[in-house]
Amino acid sequence: MTKEAGIIGYGAYIPIYRIKACEIGKIWGNYNGHVPIMEKAVAGIDEDLVTISVEAAKYAIRRAKIDPKEIGAVYIGTESKPYAVKPSGTIVAEAIGATPLVVTADFEFACKAGTEAFQACIDHVLSGRIKYAMAIGADTAQGRPGDQLEYTAASGGAAFIFTKRSNKTLAYCEGAVSFVTDTPDFWRRAHEHYPMHAERFTGEPAYFYHIINSVKTLMENMGLKPSDFKYAVFHQPNTKFPVKVAKKLGFTMDQIKPGLLSPYIGNCYAGSSLVGFAATLDVANPGDRILLASYGSGAGSDAFSFVVQDIILEKRNPIPSVRDMIGVRKYIDYSTYVKFRGKIRA
Amino acid sequence: MSVPRYWREIPSRYRLIGSKCVNCGKTYFPPRRVCRECGSVNLEEVKLSEQGRIITWATVYDPPRGFEKYVPYIVAIVELDDGTRIMTQITDCEPDEIQIGTRVYAVFRKIREEGESGIIYYGYKFKPLK
Amino acid sequence: MRKVAVIAVGYTKVKEHWGLSIRDLFTEAAIMALNEVTIDRVDALYVGNMSSGYCQHQEHLGALMADYIGLKSPPAVKIEAAGASGGMALREGIQAVASGFHDFVVVGGVEKMSDVLTPDITYAMAMAADQEYEAFIGVTFAALNAMIKRAYQHKFGVSDELIATLPVHCHDMASKNPYAQYPFKITIEQVLSSPFVAEPLRLLECSSPADGAAILILCPLEKAKEFTDTPIEIAGVGAATDAIALYQRDDLTTFKATIEAANMAYKMAHTKPEEVDVAEIHDSFSITGVISLEDLGFFKKGTATKAISEGEITPGGKVAVNTFGGLKARGHPVGATGVYQVAEVVKQLRGEAGKNQVDDAEIGLTQNIGGVGGTVTVYIFRRID
Repeated sequence: MTKEAGIIGYGAYIPIYRIKACEIGKIWGNYNGHVPIMEKAVAGIDEDLVTISVEAAKYAIRRAKIDPKEIGAVYIGTESKPYAVKPSGTIVAEAIGATPLVVTADFEFACKAGTEAFQACIDHVLSGRIKYAMAIGADTAQGRPGDQLEYTAASGGAAFIFTKRSNKTLAYCEGAVSFVTDTPDFWRRAHEHYPMHAERFTGEPAYFYHIINSVKTLMENMGLKPSDFKYAVFHQPNTKFPVKVAKKLGFTMDQIKPGLLSPYIGNCYAGSSLVGFAATLDVANPGDRILLASYGSGAGSDAFSFVVQDIILEKRNPIPSVRDMIGVRKYIDYSTYVKFRGKIRA
Repeated sequence: MSVPRYWREIPSRYRLIGSKCVNCGKTYFPPRRVCRECGSVNLEEVKLSEQGRIITWATVYDPPRGFEKYVPYIVAIVELDDGTRIMTQITDCEPDEIQIGTRVYAVFRKIREEGESGIIYYGYKFKPLK
Repeated sequence: MRKVAVIAVGYTKVKEHWGLSIRDLFTEAAIMALNEVTIDRVDALYVGNMSSGYCQHQEHLGALMADYIGLKSPPAVKIEAAGASGGMALREGIQAVASGFHDFVVVGGVEKMSDVLTPDITYAMAMAADQEYEAFIGVTFAALNAMIKRAYQHKFGVSDELIATLPVHCHDMASKNPYAQYPFKITIEQVLSSPFVAEPLRLLECSSPADGAAILILCPLEKAKEFTDTPIEIAGVGAATDAIALYQRDDLTTFKATIEAANMAYKMAHTKPEEVDVAEIHDSFSITGVISLEDLGFFKKGTATKAISEGEITPGGKVAVNTFGGLKARGHPVGATGVYQVAEVVKQLRGEAGKNQVDDAEIGLTQNIGGVGGTVTVYIFRRID
């Protein structure tokens, strides 16, 4: 019996709307171009976590070429649940046709909720209880107007369908590590619209400490070094952090480039590293090893090592790649942005 | 709108479930029990096609109660590739991007919500194929 | 089956009657009609109305109105068929008298829309469409008609300017009708520069919310001369239905129910479109009126607007249409509209139509639409000399 879980299908979804960071800066007197990304993806007025998840899930199912009735688990990692109480997973499972014999749950762990769902799905399929398990990481992240987070808090997500490794899986997971401590760098209290953060404390003791430790532990456990990986994907709260953490760990720009999307779409929180991972799978070749390291405030990091399999080459067309989706965009101004994101109190 | 009314239509609104007359082949959205073409009561559930073309459309500027924040928005009649017609919103789209005949595909969107505390109605919309 | 006549009519001015309730409106029109004739009893009352439940939270209109207009406990009932509520209420009245079941029947229509705000009116009107698969997604009544306009223009290549000729004509007519909601003229330029309600339909192509009530009194034709010198015979009766959901129609540029109802009415009245002198047609939107002129057989498909621009629907033209202003300019108090149309044609055939009187008008027609053609009634009236 195989001891590895594989991915049989994946799909990402990026809303078509973009707002340039300098357009946001202009509103708050920041005219000097010191912004953390170029532009970010904004959900349309009729989009939310659920609709983004459904679109990503539909692409994943098309790639997997499976009957959605055979999906036994739908887990969504997010911090943008449209309902505080009422699962998002049931809506998604219903929309993709996976109901009623399916387990669903919404996971919350800030930006690493999506990889939490990975862990659960991997164990589900390895236990043999569930044939196909879907993990989704998606968000319609909100930053308080005028806050630094407003530049980057973005919308998007990706869905991955796990099953036991076989010649039908496009990549398999050869190892995973979760590294977690109680580190309150970023939070949102119940009933609040916008999160709070501890400014520079979100860096060294939070993002860097946890990712560096999860990735180092993974490499140690598996006897791997950065050069053994063709690609690496890190959580992307901005452009600077993932580049810096890659450098600290000994990864090169070439390794992170395919999955580094924050400059163009911003930080879609639980979807951030997963969309980057999807974009990397879009260009990876059989045999390539990919490092995926998420980061969730609060705090923790999940690190995974995936190896790409032969069938990936058959899984590409006609489904649009993440880069294709990023390329289809419409720019909106700040006033349209506040209308779309419900910031007008009518 | 009541929750049961929304809930019972979920299969059609989420997944485009229609019905097809076993006798004459005519398809319907939403599903019907009686074929209006041939009178047969032998109809079966069918998943309708998720792509089609615009037959006609309009842009709404004066919304009904509940749709105020979405204005302006586009509504259209779409003929699916299996021949079934459907009324839908066209989303992520400006009026100058479409014309009669434009190819569109189904997406899953929020239709509206019952205020800040009520339920959220989801369903299909269509979007131009790029 | 007995022949049926209209022996009295009454109606209120169409406008926003801030000071009048739905029962006040109905009563005002009823007093006017009951003053025209002296009858010693009313056997039944039929009240056409669409939205009293939504706008006034008032149902049970039959009994309410019978009580308030002073009738002595006759059977009374509200008839609802969206915009064709008035037309369908008349049908009930005709059937009751024609069958011999009743002799004196009052048919009324009433709508009171100014009690609610615009988005609520828009919502209420969309109730005429398929609630689960049209209204649910935000389709408005104007949007449905805008879709029809686009399909019509695409098929026949008719310009916005030509379509605008119908509302301009209706305002011309209304400018001489003191009971009209908008008794003033407009120009094609004004129509084309008014804002979109649902593109491609502009504000001045759309009838607007209004309050109004209209009343008819029916009796057997054989007895009619006992009560009035100018009874008007209801010579042709037609009504038909179609799918209420626009998207379930194969042809968006014609209303099948109009054609069917008109065929029935023409056949029963032994007449044809060419013989009609005056017609009140259902121009809830410019395009609805244009399509109706064609479906009723007055003009070939795709040619009505050209005919309008050539003066064919003015008094003295081929057929005088909407001589009281139509839905656009007389106003469209929804459930009352079908009854207003009949009252106006009766006035024409009696020779009481004032400045828009058509010389020697003998045959009149009314066409009343519910929804986007889900229900249509067509009646033909004949002057009795």
